[in-house]
Amino acid sequence: MLRFALRRLAVALLVALTVMTLSFLLTRLSGDLAISIAGAGATPEDVAIIRRAYGLDRPLVAQFLDWAGRAAVGDFGDSYFFKARVSTLIAERMPVTLTLGLTGLAIALAVSIPLGILAAVREASWVDRLVQLVAMVGQAMPSFWLGLILMITFGLRLGWLPISGTGSWEHYVMPGVVLAFSAIPALTRLTRSGMIQALGSDYIRTARAKGLSRLSILGKHALRNAAIPVVSIAAVQLGFMLGGSIVIETVFALHGVGFLAWESISKNDFPVVQAVVLVLALIYIALTMAADLLNGLLDPRLRAA
Amino acid sequence: MSTSDRGAPPARSPNPPRQSPPLLEIEELRVTFGRTAAVRGASFSLEKGETHCVVGESGCGKSVTALAVMGLLARGARREAARLEFAGQDLRALSERQLSALRGDRMAMIFQEPMTSLNPAYTVGSQMAEVFTRHRGGSRRAALDRAADLLARVGITAPGMRLGQFPHQLSGGLRQRVMIAMALMCDPELLIADEPTTALDVTVQAQILRLLAELQRDLGLGILLITHDLGIVARIADRVSVMYAGEVVESAPTAALFAAPSHPYTRGLLACVPVPGKVKREEALGSIPGMVPRIPPGFTGCAFRDRCDHAAPECAGAVPRQQAGAHEVLCRLPPGWAA
Repeated sequence: MLRFALRRLAVALLVALTVMTLSFLLTRLSGDLAISIAGAGATPEDVAIIRRAYGLDRPLVAQFLDWAGRAAVGDFGDSYFFKARVSTLIAERMPVTLTLGLTGLAIALAVSIPLGILAAVREASWVDRLVQLVAMVGQAMPSFWLGLILMITFGLRLGWLPISGTGSWEHYVMPGVVLAFSAIPALTRLTRSGMIQALGSDYIRTARAKGLSRLSILGKHALRNAAIPVVSIAAVQLGFMLGGSIVIETVFALHGVGFLAWESISKNDFPVVQAVVLVLALIYIALTMAADLLNGLLDPRLRAA
Repeated sequence: MSTSDRGAPPARSPNPPRQSPPLLEIEELRVTFGRTAAVRGASFSLEKGETHCVVGESGCGKSVTALAVMGLLARGARREAARLEFAGQDLRALSERQLSALRGDRMAMIFQEPMTSLNPAYTVGSQMAEVFTRHRGGSRRAALDRAADLLARVGITAPGMRLGQFPHQLSGGLRQRVMIAMALMCDPELLIADEPTTALDVTVQAQILRLLAELQRDLGLGILLITHDLGIVARIADRVSVMYAGEVVESAPTAALFAAPSHPYTRGLLACVPVPGKVKREEALGSIPGMVPRIPPGFTGCAFRDRCDHAAPECAGAVPRQQAGAHEVLCRLPPGWAA
């Protein structure tokens, strides 16, 4: 298991390096940064001053090494727009995004795993069809629309939940549900197909021949084998939720990292953009690695691979 | 006997008051999957401590018969029987919960596919221990100790180490030994073995068979062994039932069957097996042309007639079940016709 973990870590570090390079290059590819920072009415002299002030006149490799060296110790420089340390900006907003993402994932798993198991156990029955229909509708529903419907219903009509801000746990309920909805269809389908495959396997026949209880057959013998693809996809989904919750953070006015990314892109605040991309990518990598390790624990055969 | 009185000390009294019922009694067992009749009125019985072999080609209903006894048929299968009794207990009357209390405890089963029959995610020890704790309770530690004893009993060296291993770390032969040991965890009276050696190397096959024969002798196990290998039958069976297209076409004590096979199908099967000294080198081995047909419900007559050299028009009608002592044949030909 230790060798397996170390190998996964090495791969993760390589990916992280690649992502750093890409996130650096992408911001440089989007035009001359000095011109866009200077603004529309700037003279060529202003642009030249800005270029020198931000070190944009130096060779690209030197700029990269300088940035990467500082980024490696958590220093992403200053924001051009917010007049604050980039690391502070991200640190301030990360809790909101993490809370939202984890809430979303928890809701998604709590719904999709039981649904998937139910559909698999009652394969090809009306229960199964209903579950699949719900999954399909969920997939087709735009999250901003669902968000607005929930706000109107539970926020305005019924007045049960606050519709914006981050003051209490209640603020996270609706955005969490909306975020979960985007992950539920895939997770439900994966749980269902994994369980169907597991339930049809020889070791389940053995478990039944051993006279084990239904709970043990489903929960212990089948689910553990069915869980592997679910774990992998749940990690990816959580990555999406953390990085891609811009729409939901905007709809519910949650000032998280997604919202920050959107603001800084529109303001051409490239140190922030670079840092957000990098941090989210690192989280993604960490999640993938965590999923691999968890799967290694679930299935001993994966440790050898 | 209901499951509630199973806690009372010996459920199996050593001296039954009257003649005890057979360990397993099957009469007119029928299993259908939709439009296919997989088992069509199979009957046979198994005494305590006896080894009964069910032979036949693939697709003739042997495994389905075994699964029907265990109550492990796939969903969508329909099971009917005039009688289906385990040690005098009507299996048809049991709920799934009552049946699962019997399975793994008093009747156990091992399968053809040792490579996939163990759960890849759990250690050998964990899978063996759970049968015991499920049916007998007690600590996991005690169950693991018993598992280690049984692994040693089935000829596995370093059993303590094996308990901590995962199935993928074991060879096919070892896995089948683990399956056998696991089946023995609760001292079953009946062991159903569905082609237990088919997936194994020839040398390992011999070891496993020897092991089964030994266990049968030492533990007084009743074994229902399903196989297509007549060599296995000759070596370990007390009694043989030959199945064809879902019916038992011939049933006899092993010696009688080999001495005087009466059904043309049995004779055909025997002709396919080379016997040293009997088959000449130049002579071609026998074969039965065609394959086992799919039988729709409501089929009448002898299912073998299309492949039989002795088929006659009356084979399409009702087929008589003829009995000569312990030797039963389902055929219109008179017993001893081949002699």
